Amino acid sequence: MRVVKVSRRDFVKPIGTFVHVGTDGIVTIYVAKSEMGQGVRTALPMIVADEMDADWKKVRIRQADLDKKYGRQGTGGSGSIRTMWSPMRQAGATARTMLVSAAATKWGVDAKDCAVAKGVVTHGSKEATFGELAAAASRLEVPKDVALKDPSKFTIIGKKADRLDNRDLMQGKGTYGIDVRVPGMLYGAVLRSPVFGGKVVSFDDSKAKAIPGVKAVVKIDPHGAEAPWAGVGVVADSTWAAFKGRDALIVKWDEGDAKSETTASLMDQMRDLVTKEGKRVRNEGDVDAALASAAKKIEATYELPYLAHATMEPMNATASVTADGIEIWGPTQFPDWWGGAAGGAVGFTKPEQAKVHVTLLGGGFGRRAFPDVAVEAAILSKAVGKPVKVQWTRADDMQHDFYRPANVQRVVAALDNDGKVTAWHHRLAAAAINTYMGRGEPHESEMFDDEQLPLNVPNVRAEFASAKSYVPRGWWRSVENSSNAFVVQSFIDELAHAAGKDPIEFQLSLIPTGKKIERKGGSAPYPYESDRLRRVIELVREKSNWGKSLPSGRARGFAAWHSFLTYVAEVAEVSVNKDGTPRVHRIVAAIDCGTAVNPDGVAAQVEGAVVYGLSAALAEAITIKNGAVEQSNFHDFPLLTIDQMPVVEVHIVPSTALPTGTGEPGLPPTAPAVANAIFALTGKRLRKLPFGTLSS
Amino acid sequence: MPTKLTINGKPQSVSSSPDTPLLWVLRDELGMTGTKFGCGRGLCGSCTVLANGEAIRSCSTALEKVAGKRIVTIEGLSPDGRHPLQRAWMAENVPQCGYCQAGQIMSAAGLLLKTKKPTDDQIDDAMGGNLCRCGTYMRIRRAIHRAAEEV
Repeated sequence: MRVVKVSRRDFVKPIGTFVHVGTDGIVTIYVAKSEMGQGVRTALPMIVADEMDADWKKVRIRQADLDKKYGRQGTGGSGSIRTMWSPMRQAGATARTMLVSAAATKWGVDAKDCAVAKGVVTHGSKEATFGELAAAASRLEVPKDVALKDPSKFTIIGKKADRLDNRDLMQGKGTYGIDVRVPGMLYGAVLRSPVFGGKVVSFDDSKAKAIPGVKAVVKIDPHGAEAPWAGVGVVADSTWAAFKGRDALIVKWDEGDAKSETTASLMDQMRDLVTKEGKRVRNEGDVDAALASAAKKIEATYELPYLAHATMEPMNATASVTADGIEIWGPTQFPDWWGGAAGGAVGFTKPEQAKVHVTLLGGGFGRRAFPDVAVEAAILSKAVGKPVKVQWTRADDMQHDFYRPANVQRVVAALDNDGKVTAWHHRLAAAAINTYMGRGEPHESEMFDDEQLPLNVPNVRAEFASAKSYVPRGWWRSVENSSNAFVVQSFIDELAHAAGKDPIEFQLSLIPTGKKIERKGGSAPYPYESDRLRRVIELVREKSNWGKSLPSGRARGFAAWHSFLTYVAEVAEVSVNKDGTPRVHRIVAAIDCGTAVNPDGVAAQVEGAVVYGLSAALAEAITIKNGAVEQSNFHDFPLLTIDQMPVVEVHIVPSTALPTGTGEPGLPPTAPAVANAIFALTGKRLRKLPFGTLSS
Repeated sequence: MPTKLTINGKPQSVSSSPDTPLLWVLRDELGMTGTKFGCGRGLCGSCTVLANGEAIRSCSTALEKVAGKRIVTIEGLSPDGRHPLQRAWMAENVPQCGYCQAGQIMSAAGLLLKTKKPTDDQIDDAMGGNLCRCGTYMRIRRAIHRAAEEV
C-alpha cells in the first residue's frame, strides 16, 4: 500500500465520522464503499461536499478501512448511493454546522446569521476559510440534529463532476489489490482442484521446491461455500517464481461426485424440469381456465448458460497473520466478510482481530464479495509467518468463480381475440445461488419480483424447480435480472408479434397507469410506481426514433426492466454481420434513478452495464465437462471489443426523487432488446444465450 | 547475469531470470505497478508498454527479448501526467474501475506514434486487443480522437 504522506491537515481530528478538514482548507472525505468502477469515490464525496458548501476543488478522498463506525461497508446491489445518500448528507451538514459554530463563537455572532459558500464562512464583512476554522471546529461536540439543505440549493449534486481518481489512474498510481506491497511480503499461487468439490489426496512438491525463489508449499483446505477450493499453495519471493512453482506441483486429486457433471447433462435436467409442475411461488386468478379458453396460446422455452464475472484484475489478496490477529489488504466488495472469513480460517474470530484495508478494485460485479482468495492468503501467511499476497492467474479466475446460474425457463401465455394477455404461466428451473450458499429459499435468489411481470395480466402462475449442479454460484452483475429480463422481455415481444401489435404500444398496454405498490424494509421509501416505468419507455421511444425508417438491413428492438428500484428502457439498432453474428450499432437507453448525483457517472454506468450485458448476450458462456470449467482465458470467453462497441446514448429522466442505483439496472434490458431487434430484422427468434451465429 | 535495458529513459540493470515476463520484472523487481496483469497470454492488453516505440504485451514478453531496448511504461509516458492522451482520458472521464486503462493508453500511444490522425477503423485495429470489462470503449475512442487533435 502506498504510504499516505502526513500533511498539516492530519493534525486536526476529524469532524464527525466521514469528514476531516485540515488547517490548509483541504476537505478529506472518507469513502466507506468499495470503488470498482461505479464512481462511488466521486459521487459520495459530492453529496458530502454539497451539504458542507465546500470548495469542490479542495475535496480529497481517503478509503475507509473496515470499521463499525462507518456502518455497512459491503458494496453491491446498486446500493451505495441509495443507502449512503442520507448518511453522507448528514455528514456534510454536521461538518458545516460545526465550522459555522466555530466561526460564530470566534466572532461573537449568531450561527444562523452566517453564510457558507465554497469553503468560506461569512458574516457581514467577516470571513473565515474552513482551514482557519478547522482546529476550533474539531474540538466541538458533534451535534446530533442538523438541518439538511433544500435540494433546490444543491450546487454540486446533479452536475457533471470529473472522477477524483482520474489523475492518479492516468499515471499508473492507483493502488489496486495486485499493487499492494508490504514489508517482508512473499508471493503466493495456488493450484486448485479443477473439478468442483475435489480434494487433495497427496502431492509431490519436490520439483516445485527446486525452483529458485520458492520458499514453501502448503496444503489448503476448503472453508465452506464462501471459500470452497481445495488446493496446494506455493509461496515464493516473486509472483513469477510462485507461478512456476505452482506449475511444477504434482497433485493427486479425489475428484468426487462432480466429475459426472457436464453442461449437456445440466441443461437436459432443466429442460425436463420445466415440462413438470414446479413449486408454486405465485398463483393469481385461474391460469388453467384462461389458457383453456384462449383464442391463441403462445409457448416458448429459453436457455441461459453459466457466466463468469471476468474482472480485468484477477483475484488477489494480501494477508499478514501474526500472534495478535490478521491484517488484510485487498480489492474487496465486503471487507467485513473478508475479515470474518479469513480471520476465522486462521483462528481469529473476533472482529477486532481482523484489520481490513480496502484497495481499488479492478472490477467487482459481485465476484469480489466472496472472501475465498483472502482465506488462501491468510492460510499461507500463517504457514510461513510472513505477509503473503496470493495472485490468481486468468485461468484460475475463469475456472474458480461463483457463476451466474445457468437456467431454463418456459412460458405459456393466453391471448384473447383482442390480443390481450389473459394468462401467464411461467416455469423457471435453475441451480440456485441460495441452494449453493445454503441460505434462504431456492427460488428467492432466482425468481422475478411480482411487478417485473406485466401487471395488467389477470391470471399468473410462477413455478420454480431446483436443478442439481456442483458448480459454485454467486451474484453476477444484476443477478437474476440478467436472466429474467431476457426471458420476460423477449416473450412479451413474441406476444406483441402474435397479437399483431407494435411492441412498445403492446408493452405499454400491459403496464397500468398511476399504479403504486408499497415496499417494506429498506426499500420502503422507494415504492414501485408504474408511471415511472411508462415514462422511461415513452422517453426511449421518442429518443430512438422508434417507428421511423432505417437503412435496409437494420432493425430496432425494445425492452424495459425495473430492477434495484431503478427504471430503464432500451432500444437496440442491429444488423447481421457477414459471418451471421448480430451486429449492434446503437443502444438508446432511458433511465429513471431518481436524483442523478453525478449525471456523467450515471451515463457511464449505463454504458458499462449495456456492454456487460451485450458481451454476455453475444458470446459468453461457461461450459462444464467432467465437473470442470472448459474455458480458461479470453480466447474462449470472449469479451466485447472496441470494434464491436455500439454507440450508447443515455437519457436520464430529470427527477428530485430519492436516488437509487445505476450499476446494474442498465444491464437486463440489453440482451432482449437485441434479440427483439434481430427478430424484427430476420424473423428468427433467439431464445438461447449466447446468440453466437444466427444459423447455429 | 543481470539484464540491461532502459526504462522510462533510465538505464536499468535487473536480476530477474531471463525467462521472466517483462511485466513481473517491472512490477515485482522494480516496484513499478502501473502496468497491469490481466491474462498472462497477450489476450487482453492490460500489460501494454512501448518497446522501442512499439506497443507490446509485457505479460508474454520474456525479459531476454527486451534486453537493450527502450521501454516506456504508463509511469514514464510524461513527466507530469500531461501527455495529450492522459489529458484526453481525463477530459472524457474514460476510466471506470481503471484497471485496463494504463494498457489502453499505452496502446493508444503506440498508435499515435505511427498514425497521427487515426480513423475509427485504425483505432479498431490498434485497440482491438485491449479489453475493458467496464465497457469504456466509446469514451476511449473519443479520447483518442481528442488527443490526436492536440498532437
